[in-house]
Amino acid sequence: MLSALTIAQAHDKLAGREVSSNELVRACIERIEKIDGKINAVVHRNFERALVEANKIDDDKKFDNPLTGIPYLAKDVYCEEGVPTTACSNILREKNYVPPFDSTTTKRLKTAGAISIAKTNTDEFTMGCSTESSCYGVTRNPWDTSRVAGGSSGGSAAGVCAGEGIFALGTDTGGSIRQPAGFCGIAGLRTTYGRTSRFGVMSMASSLDTIGPLCRTVEDLAIVLQAIAGKDPLDATTADMPVPDYRADLKKGMKGIKIGIPKEYLIKGMSNEVEASVKAAAEAFGKLGATLADISLPHTKYALAAYYVLCPCEVSSNMARYDGIRYGHTAGKYKNLLDYYEQVRSTGFGPEVKRRIMIGTYALSAGYYDAYYRQAQKVRTLIGGDFDKAFRSVDVILAPVSPTPAFTIGAHADDPVALYLEDIFMDGAVMAGIPALSVPCGFSGEGLPIGLQLMSARWQESTILRAAHAYEQATEWHKKLPVLN
Amino acid sequence: MTQLTKEQVRHIAKLARLSLTEDEVSRYSKELTSILQYVSVLQEVDTNGVEATAQVTGRTNALRDDVVRSAGTDPEKLLSCSPLPLSDHQIVSPSAHG
Repeated sequence: MLSALTIAQAHDKLAGREVSSNELVRACIERIEKIDGKINAVVHRNFERALVEANKIDDDKKFDNPLTGIPYLAKDVYCEEGVPTTACSNILREKNYVPPFDSTTTKRLKTAGAISIAKTNTDEFTMGCSTESSCYGVTRNPWDTSRVAGGSSGGSAAGVCAGEGIFALGTDTGGSIRQPAGFCGIAGLRTTYGRTSRFGVMSMASSLDTIGPLCRTVEDLAIVLQAIAGKDPLDATTADMPVPDYRADLKKGMKGIKIGIPKEYLIKGMSNEVEASVKAAAEAFGKLGATLADISLPHTKYALAAYYVLCPCEVSSNMARYDGIRYGHTAGKYKNLLDYYEQVRSTGFGPEVKRRIMIGTYALSAGYYDAYYRQAQKVRTLIGGDFDKAFRSVDVILAPVSPTPAFTIGAHADDPVALYLEDIFMDGAVMAGIPALSVPCGFSGEGLPIGLQLMSARWQESTILRAAHAYEQATEWHKKLPVLN
Repeated sequence: MTQLTKEQVRHIAKLARLSLTEDEVSRYSKELTSILQYVSVLQEVDTNGVEATAQVTGRTNALRDDVVRSAGTDPEKLLSCSPLPLSDHQIVSPSAHG
């Protein structure tokens, strides 16, 4: 199946004139038409424009960049000029917000010749870890359609897993790339805070938001990161740090790499299968030449609580812009401006967005700021300090992605805290602003993928990509595909 | 233990420019309380003398030259995103006094 190729394979075929970009794009379109009804990964289709771009690339016959002519999927929060982008929220859906500008990342990919073909499903404004809060309905897991694909980048993960695009873009604020990648058995990368530009990507929590790729292989993650990493004058949080040759660095192997296994990540409530797979992966790294060490990250248990203070606070501020004036949803009859705001926001936002806006509004209101936001930012400093200390003695930290494989749709419908706990292994990296990735490391007895998480010090994406690539070369997990016909 | 009353939920909603139904007020009173109880674990951490994180990678002021530039976007296209009527290149927003 052409649409299930990796970027590296597809590029070889394009460069060797075995296939055209038009054929690749059409293969993805046909796959979407055929199976998306079963998984609901795609929310806006951009097929006609994609075919025009593909034909132009085929005419130019220049395939110097590994991304030229490669079709991809973008999460429904990446603004693309002329393409509906709605954050899967009714507040933007009604008028189908069509941005008049491009995000830096989709622009960089366009410059490289990659072709955006569709927008993917996400939790509303990326708030969630199951895609259940999307106004378009849940994305189903291609391995078992009674289960979630994870989230918030659930559509991107399920789409890549099911062969609807060669790769996808996602966002990771509290685990939203790594967790769905883990649930769908593909690779996903959260970058260092400030490594990739967020300009033109709808914000959720600005001190935590990052963007990154979801791919079939670690090598593909390196290829996409190469095209999107680096300083952007339009995003002041991006740093002027050198961007290494990620793909060349993959080949350095595991020799001399020291991997730490934090004892705090082996918690009660984790599934035995996840624990066994992660331990087996650690042993595999040992065989590949890495040195293993037990480490401690003592403030781990506070990361999730800090996240669920900081994130809602920043949500309450970022969501203030959705007031029905400049874009989106509107109200028919209203008494005055205040009534207009309340009507627009109450009918436009879904329950999880309202929940976070209210928690944040409460925590930031007079008299509570020190107890919540400031205390959480201090705890964040301590969590970051744990990682800084650990990375003085190890290069990589190894952990599970999620405590269990993909859960059943609706499993946490009445308990927001239980849903939040799904992120428990991912918020440490979020608090520290370090890069982390998810790579497949096994399957449960029920045939569901299990993800392995690797983290490194800030700006050291190369180190985790290199380790994950070595592991992937030695295992077969990433080669398994779901049956969806 | 932090308990959010219905009255508090109504007040927070007003600050956040949300109007809630009575059902929502009851539900959020329960749910927000359980979230606040969960995050209260942060209070047990001794943070005396710990500086609050301001920028996680340690970047300080990011400055640029103070020059006017075009963002590459047509102002008319930006205005046309509004659901409200336009007049003389401005959005006609609802009156604060009704």
